[in-house]
Amino acid sequence: MGIFAFKLPDIGEGVVEGEVVEWMVTAGDSVKEDEPILSVMTDKATVEIPSPVDGKVTKVIGEAGDKLPVGVVCIEFEVEGDGNASASKDEPKEEKVEKTASKAKKQVAPKPAPAAAPKEAAQSVTKAAGTKALASPAVRQRAREANIDLEHVAGSGPAGRVSHADLDKHISGGASGASSWSPVGASAKTELNGTEEIKVIGLRRKIADSMMDSYSSIAHFSYFEEVDITALEELRQHLNATRPEGAPKLTYLPFIMQALVKALRENPECNALYDDEANVVTRHQAINLGIATQTDRGLYVPVVKHVEAMDIWQSASEMIRVTSATREGKASAAELSGSTFTISSLGRLGGLGATPIINKPEVGILGVHNAKERAVVRNGQVVIRRMMNLSSSWDHRVVDGHDGATLVQRVKTYLENPATIFM
Amino acid sequence: METKKCQVLVIGAGPGGYVAAIRSGQLGLSTIIVEGEKAGGTCLIRGCIPSKALIHAAHRFHALAKHSKDAGHMGISIPGPAELNMANMISWKEGIVNKLNGGVEHLLKAAGAELINGWAEFQDAKTVKIGKGKDAIIIQAEHVILANGSVPIELPFMPFSDNVISSREALNLQELPEHVVVVGGGYIGLELGITYKMLGSEVTIVEAMDSVLPIFDKELRRPLELFIKKNKIKVHTGVFAKGTEDLKDGKIKLFYADKNAKDGAKFEEIIADKVLVTVGRKPNSKSLAPTGVALDERGFVKVNQRCETNMKGVYAIGDVCDSGEMLAHVASFQGEMVAEIISGKKRTYDPVAVPAIVFTEPEIVSVGLSPEQAKEAGHPVIVGKFPLGANGRALTQEAEKSAGFVRVCAREDDHRILGIQAVGTNISELVGEWTLALEMGALLEDIAGTIHAHPTMTEMTHEAVLATLGHAIHSS
Repeated sequence: MGIFAFKLPDIGEGVVEGEVVEWMVTAGDSVKEDEPILSVMTDKATVEIPSPVDGKVTKVIGEAGDKLPVGVVCIEFEVEGDGNASASKDEPKEEKVEKTASKAKKQVAPKPAPAAAPKEAAQSVTKAAGTKALASPAVRQRAREANIDLEHVAGSGPAGRVSHADLDKHISGGASGASSWSPVGASAKTELNGTEEIKVIGLRRKIADSMMDSYSSIAHFSYFEEVDITALEELRQHLNATRPEGAPKLTYLPFIMQALVKALRENPECNALYDDEANVVTRHQAINLGIATQTDRGLYVPVVKHVEAMDIWQSASEMIRVTSATREGKASAAELSGSTFTISSLGRLGGLGATPIINKPEVGILGVHNAKERAVVRNGQVVIRRMMNLSSSWDHRVVDGHDGATLVQRVKTYLENPATIFM
Repeated sequence: METKKCQVLVIGAGPGGYVAAIRSGQLGLSTIIVEGEKAGGTCLIRGCIPSKALIHAAHRFHALAKHSKDAGHMGISIPGPAELNMANMISWKEGIVNKLNGGVEHLLKAAGAELINGWAEFQDAKTVKIGKGKDAIIIQAEHVILANGSVPIELPFMPFSDNVISSREALNLQELPEHVVVVGGGYIGLELGITYKMLGSEVTIVEAMDSVLPIFDKELRRPLELFIKKNKIKVHTGVFAKGTEDLKDGKIKLFYADKNAKDGAKFEEIIADKVLVTVGRKPNSKSLAPTGVALDERGFVKVNQRCETNMKGVYAIGDVCDSGEMLAHVASFQGEMVAEIISGKKRTYDPVAVPAIVFTEPEIVSVGLSPEQAKEAGHPVIVGKFPLGANGRALTQEAEKSAGFVRVCAREDDHRILGIQAVGTNISELVGEWTLALEMGALLEDIAGTIHAHPTMTEMTHEAVLATLGHAIHSS
């Protein structure tokens, strides 16, 4: 019998620590390899860590709420054989950790594992003759320097051998074997056949999974409306011109947030979370608005909490704070969870309409499009008004068309009569 | 205690390390190379070069003995028998080794690389300590190239001693042993075994596999097996060495047993003067633990195609790494490549062909795929052979006596050459053209359309290619 010490594996790009959500085992439990033992939350995701070995748990480190740094021993097992705790060489342990990370499937974002790559690459480097693009060493070196994969260069020589001339042609864009037809001022454009494989891992995979989960389990319906924000724009300009010192410049979003507070209170079925396994809809008094935010790393939804307790300036500052923290990658897990309704604003990419995907388990999402001056008919006259489109999607399982439409109409009414937002 | 800093630190001045250091120096990188013994490594000091010197001397002696005994052969006879002074032969060999060692040191200096003598003790992956106490030197490097090489494998039940020796000692014997038993009939054991036979020792080879040189196919092995038989080298295949016992008269007894023998069965015995153990070489990676580089289960440093280890800025080349064969020319190629990679050039280790030569009598050479390997890889294969006996130059050198041949293997559809193998006296020098042909992606027609000088043994390459195309001129 030996002791196997298991270190908290690297659970995602750049993740340095995880918060223990739950230990699924305690000392004395027997576990099998791959059975979940620990649930850890990071700012990206909650991850279930499977057991690396068959054995008996002798010690767990940390309890719910504790933060554990990656690489620290978090659990020890009594195992058949020697275990690893006394072994001086680190290597088998590391391998185990990597293996575990990739085994955790969906929940875990395995690190791209730079350390693992060389191990595989080193196998049998001498390629068998005749199995690769036929080209002399000098041609191969030139191609390497020019980042050209010779597999994609058409060779004109016998048996498809790639010559320096073929490479020249490829680089200058002339497809090998092209016909002699060459119009005056022939295009310098070339056929490109390269491909780039991008692994869907980390946040990307998390986004993919949650989008698919939402889209495949929720009966979405979408509803669109246009809003005349001419008056709102006047008020906004006025407030910005006379804003208190230190207050942020107002965009439309804080007004929409405040309008939502009122409308969601009137339509509480829209500010709810639906647990579709337990078949329970939980309506929330708190209005915690998720703000879909594009970052360099992908889509995040930081949350402005208790908007119902904020005035327009506070909601503007808090929104700016959580979204910029998210863009900088500094948002805490708490700031990235707990929303009851989500706003997706495409900003300058606004467009006319969209069919947003619900941030499950919420039951609705509001899409905000960019404001434009448009010709509209008022009292039989064509006039220029500043118009904004709203898109919304609803979980039709628990929100009827009437309710979703009512909510959007209420938001429209508030925005078109901005004074009422503040009454 | 002195502290030195450099951009490139090379550990080991063998054919991998010294080449890396020279290239690194040429590229203007501040370079230090550390070597515990003489610059030149296993290859120059205690492997390839000294063994080739002794093989040459053994051939000379063997030939002289023949002129003496068969007076009149070639019309040459010498009065009395040729005499061997082993100590003088070894010091002649040392002369060659020293010349090369001096050459390497000079080249390192000329390239601006600093050679430090001593054993490098790693503090971490990029810091080494050399020497002890006040005189110790600490070297801190931005990039480290591990070129630690390899060492002979020692059998635990018969550790190296005065009479149980490795190839290293076998190249420095001051007296000719009457009887040498070689444990392990791979290329090192056979090269040295045949050398001692030619010098006049009785030689017995003990091999666990069913034949000597099992890595080569039967056809290639055949001429070598004939030579061994004709020259009365005893070969026991399919047996395991079991241990040794030192005898009072200074000789040694080797125990061995059939590999299928039951436990408790009586061992066979051979009495010899020296037992030469050549069961392989292992990476010299024991001292690398403090660096944190990952090793595979056999102790080789794991690297990728750029010879990068798992530690950033730490590279491993040659015998110590798990990329490529344990061959000096592989190490040198990787050494040059890594120096260029460090300097920012794009390089990859992706040879089509790595030539391998066994300097037995006759010599065996292989590059690329054998016909069998090519079939296994799914190629439609055509094969052609040409015998040394049909080549004029080979006849004038009596090279045909070893019944050798050149064999070419190509794809049937597009005539790409897949591999060339050969066996025969003096055949190894032909390998350059073959390797280039494979590396350039040559077709049979490329070699067929190249004029080969007459009278040379290279004509056999031409003829073997023509034979593969079905129309050799000088063979029917």
